Amino acid sequence: MSALAATAPDAPVAQATLSIADAADGSRILALGGRLDAYSIAEVWAEALAALAAAPTRRIVVDAGAVDYCDGGGVAMLVDLLRQPRAAEAGVSVRGLRPEFQTLLDQFDLSVLAAPAAPPPLRVNAIEEIGRATATLGRDMRTQIEFIGNTSGALWYSMTHPHRVRWKDVWYTCEQVGANALPIVALISFLFGVILAFEAAVPMRQFGAEIFVADLIGLSILRELGPLMTAILLAGRSGAAFAAEIGTMKVNEELNALTTMGLDPVRFLVVTRIIASLLMVPLLSLFADLIGVLAGGLTMLSFNIPFVTYLKEVASIVNLKDVLLGLVKTPVFAILIAGIGCLRGLETQTGASAVGISATRAVVSGIVLLVAVDGIFAVIYYILDL
Amino acid sequence: MSPVPASAPIVRVEGLSAGYDGNVLLRDVNFTVNRGEVFIILGGSGCGKSTLLKHMIGLYQPLAGHVFIDGDDIVTAEGPARQAILKRIGVMYQSGALFGSMTLLENVRLPLEEYTALPLPAMDLIARMKLELVGLEAFCGHMPSEISGGMQKRAAIARAMALDPSILFLDEPSAGLDPITSAELDALIRRLATSLRITFVIVSHELASIYAIADRVIMLDKRVKGIIAEGDPRVLRDTSENPWVRQFFRREVDAVAETA
Repeated sequence: MSALAATAPDAPVAQATLSIADAADGSRILALGGRLDAYSIAEVWAEALAALAAAPTRRIVVDAGAVDYCDGGGVAMLVDLLRQPRAAEAGVSVRGLRPEFQTLLDQFDLSVLAAPAAPPPLRVNAIEEIGRATATLGRDMRTQIEFIGNTSGALWYSMTHPHRVRWKDVWYTCEQVGANALPIVALISFLFGVILAFEAAVPMRQFGAEIFVADLIGLSILRELGPLMTAILLAGRSGAAFAAEIGTMKVNEELNALTTMGLDPVRFLVVTRIIASLLMVPLLSLFADLIGVLAGGLTMLSFNIPFVTYLKEVASIVNLKDVLLGLVKTPVFAILIAGIGCLRGLETQTGASAVGISATRAVVSGIVLLVAVDGIFAVIYYILDL
Repeated sequence: MSPVPASAPIVRVEGLSAGYDGNVLLRDVNFTVNRGEVFIILGGSGCGKSTLLKHMIGLYQPLAGHVFIDGDDIVTAEGPARQAILKRIGVMYQSGALFGSMTLLENVRLPLEEYTALPLPAMDLIARMKLELVGLEAFCGHMPSEISGGMQKRAAIARAMALDPSILFLDEPSAGLDPITSAELDALIRRLATSLRITFVIVSHELASIYAIADRVIMLDKRVKGIIAEGDPRVLRDTSENPWVRQFFRREVDAVAETA
C-alpha cells in the first residue's frame, strides 16, 4: 500500500521550479525542475514565457534534467515555449528531458499547435439571420396549421372509432392532469377567494356594504376567475409536462419508432391527452369555483357576516347561466392547453436544452393564448348581452 | 517517486456486492487492475458490466464491499478526499455525454477551469493538445452536434484525459460505431496506453476489439452474479473449461441454457 501511496499524484512531491541563468555561449538557460503538472505549473509557465519575451535575440535552452514528473500539462508548457514565434538564430530547444517524458512531447506536431486554433465554423451574418428567422417563422406557422389539421382529423377519427382510442392512456392522463392537480387547484382558488374577499371587504365596510362582497365574489369567480385560474395553473402544470414528455420521446427517437410502425404520433399521443384534458378541465374549474366561493364566505365571517347570509346573497345574484357561461369556456381552454403542450413537444429539436425550451414555449404561448381567448369570450358575451 | 513494479495493482475491488431495489446483480466480486494495463470487463447483456463500472467510479453506492483507487477507498471517501480520487480518474460514458451547449474545446477545458489556476491561453493549449491526441484538433470550435458519433466518443476521451488521470474508464467505447471507426478507437486506446501509460478499464462485448486491445479481461455472468473467468482473452478462448466462457468467445447460441 505504501508503494501505491507514494506514486499517487496527490502525494507531497516537489513543486515545479524554474531558475534562469546565462551560459557562456550567450544562450539563456531556463532550468526546470520538480513536478510539472496542470496543478503546479501556473506560475512557472508565466515566468518562463516572460523570460523568453525578455530575451528576444538570445538562444533559449530549456534544461529539463531536474524534472522528475511531467504529464500532459507539463508537456503543454514545453510545447508553448517551443511554439513561440522567434527569429531562427534565437530558437528554443529542450534538453535533458527524461525519455518517457520526451516521448510524450514527441507526439505533438508543433506546426499544428503553433497556428491559432481552427476558427469555429462560419456563423451567419445579421441579414442572413433575419432571413432565416423569417423562413423559420413561416415554417412554424405551417407546422402549426398542419398540426391543427392533423389533430382535428385524428379527433374526428377517434370520435367515429371510439374503440380505437387508447383509453388506458386517457385514464392515466386523467389521473395526472385531474386528480393529481386537485391539491394545487384547491390551494390557489382558496387563497384567491380569501384575498379577493378581504381586499374588497375592507373598502366596502366604509359604506356598510360588506354584504355585496358576496356578489362580487360569486360573479367574478364563477364567470371568470375560476375557469381562467384553473386553466393557467394547468398550462403551467400539464402543458409543460406534455411538452417535456413528448419532447423527450422525440429526442429518444420514440416518435420515429411510432411513425415507422405506421402509427400516427398525433393519434397516439395528442388525442389521448386532449380527451383527458377535455374531461378534467371542466371538472377542475367547477371544483375551483366551489372552493373559491367557500373561501370568500369564510373570510366574510371575520367581517361578522354569517355563512348562511353570504350564501343567500351569492345565490340571489348568481344563477345557473353564470356558472354555465364560465364552464362553456373550459373545453376550449382544455384543447388549448393540451394542444399547445403537445405541439411544442412535437416541435422539440435535438440536444439537452431542447426539452427545456419546448416546455418553456408551451407554458408561455399557452398562457398568452388562454388570456387572449378569455378576452374573446368576454367580447362575445358582451355583444350577446349574456 | 519510488519505482513501482509495472504489475502493481492500481484498482482493487474487494467483496463488492451491487444491485437495485433488493435485486442483487453482483455478489462478492473481487479483482484487481494493474497499473498500465488495458483491462476489459466483458459479459453478456444484463450481467452487470456497466453497473460494476459505475460502482468503480463511485457513481453508485454498493450494497457491500470496497473499491480502492490508488489505495484510497472511493466507496467511503467523502468531500475533498473523494474529489482528490475523482481527479485521478477520467470517464467516458457510452453516449459520450459531451455538454451540448459547449464547443469541443470548451468541453475539454471545463475540468481545467475548475481544478487548475492556469491562465486561459494555457488551458486552451492543453485542451487543443488533448484533442490532437484523439485526432480532433481541427474540430476545436465545433459543437458536439456538428460531429459524428465516433468523433463524439473520441472527444469524450479527450475530455476524460483533461487532467491527465492515471486511469481512464470507458463504457462501451465501440458500441454503435462502424468497424473502421471502432478499429481507430482501439488503436487510439492502445496508443494512449503505451505512450501515456494510462490504465484503461473498459466495458465491452465487442470480441474484435477485446482481442485487439486487452491485456487482461474478467468475464461476468448473470447466472453466478459474478466473475466466471479472468485472464488473457486469447488464452481463455482456447483453453477455458467453462462452457459459458467458450460460448461467449466462440459466439455460439445458448446451447448450455437450452439443454439445462
